Amino acid sequence: MKERELVVSKIREGTVIDHIPAGKALLVLKILGIDERTKETVSMALNVPSKKMGRKDIVKVEGLFIKEEELNKIALIAPNATINLIRDYEIEKKFKVKLPEVVKGILRCPNRMCISNSKEPIKSIFYVKVQDNEVFAKCHYCGRRIRELAEFLL
Amino acid sequence: MKHLISIEDLTKQEILKILDKAEEFEDVALGIRKCRILEGKILANLFFEPSTRTRISFETAMKRLGGEVVNISAQEASSIAKGETLADTIKVVSNYCDAIVIRHPLEGAARFAAENSAVPVINAGDGAGQHPTQTLLDLYTIRKECRKLEGISIALVGDLKYSRTIHSLIKALTLFDTKIYLVSPEILSLPEDFLEELNGDIKRAKLEDIIGEIDVLYVTRIQKERFLDEEEYRKVAGSYRITTATVEKMKESAIILHPLPRVDEIDVKVDSMRQARYFKQAFYGVPVRMAILSEVML
Ligand SMILES: [Zn+2]
Repeated sequence: MKERELVVSKIREGTVIDHIPAGKALLVLKILGIDERTKETVSMALNVPSKKMGRKDIVKVEGLFIKEEELNKIALIAPNATINLIRDYEIEKKFKVKLPEVVKGILRCPNRMCISNSKEPIKSIFYVKVQDNEVFAKCHYCGRRIRELAEFLL
Repeated sequence: MKHLISIEDLTKQEILKILDKAEEFEDVALGIRKCRILEGKILANLFFEPSTRTRISFETAMKRLGGEVVNISAQEASSIAKGETLADTIKVVSNYCDAIVIRHPLEGAARFAAENSAVPVINAGDGAGQHPTQTLLDLYTIRKECRKLEGISIALVGDLKYSRTIHSLIKALTLFDTKIYLVSPEILSLPEDFLEELNGDIKRAKLEDIIGEIDVLYVTRIQKERFLDEEEYRKVAGSYRITTATVEKMKESAIILHPLPRVDEIDVKVDSMRQARYFKQAFYGVPVRMAILSEVML
């Protein structure tokens, strides 16, 4: 806790997302739907020294409790992230994100000739896999593999 | 209910079962024996892009088994589809028939069709995606003409990048203990991503280095439109042209296959040589598709 307290102030109630790969914090905010119009207090620490990761980012959002779909998205871009749910300045629950095996309607297929990009009533489906510490996803329909998942988040 | 969407959906045992069944149907395909096991069944050929050969092959297979066929041509298919989604078209057509054969320009269309169909769907090619019945007939031809599938060595020649025939075939061949040589111009070589997913004895090679040792020479068409420079195309296309001189370097027992249609990658003089088996391969499409149709509808 000490390390974190130094860089970002405590929150009373909300979510702290830790162990985000350095440089991905802004993307996490985007996933959470946080932009300049947001009313919540948001704090962010970038490039924090970390024993495990070398450098990491941390995001804290006052009053926000993260949803399942957002967790799945965060897992795709930050597979080692830890989520802390805070109430009354105390950690009520702490857990690691879990990489989903299948994601529906979360990623866009880069293949223009893929049926999932057509006008059909269709949701994209991707199978998520880890190979050599790298996360990739494979399209259920056309079989296309994507690695830079962040670029294809819907 | 069973669909046939991708060769990857089949286990080695399931593939062998279809090949064995095809064997039983061969005399029916030749018209020597009558068999009416699909009597009263209707197959809908739903072709969103034309492919006469594949369509006729399915139609023949269905009729030889006593079944009926409704053909929905590319033009009709697109007029059904006018303002209508593929999902809706499939929901309608699958109420009229016992199985659907679909050909569609978009990748993954057959899988999506299957998800919306009340009857089995057979993929007859979706864009640059899958064409599993072609692969099954290729495997059948190899097993028939080489008298085995395990232990053969095969050279795949031509467009290895875009040819769906080749992609499905390579995946299937890796299930058997085969040695695969990839022979193609650099710009048409097998995509790295695809290669990474495969386990097996697969090597790039020059045709002249391996021509004397292979059991199967599988030739595909190199499409002119893939090249920006026409002269570049001429150079490349010419270097993979199979002539009688090429065939003379092959083993007596080796065979030449081609999914057809060919343009000029195999000299017509080769047709009369004993190694040429591509027309036989086209015939084998009928018993193999009979096996598939009976498998999904019975
Ligand atoms: Zn796709």
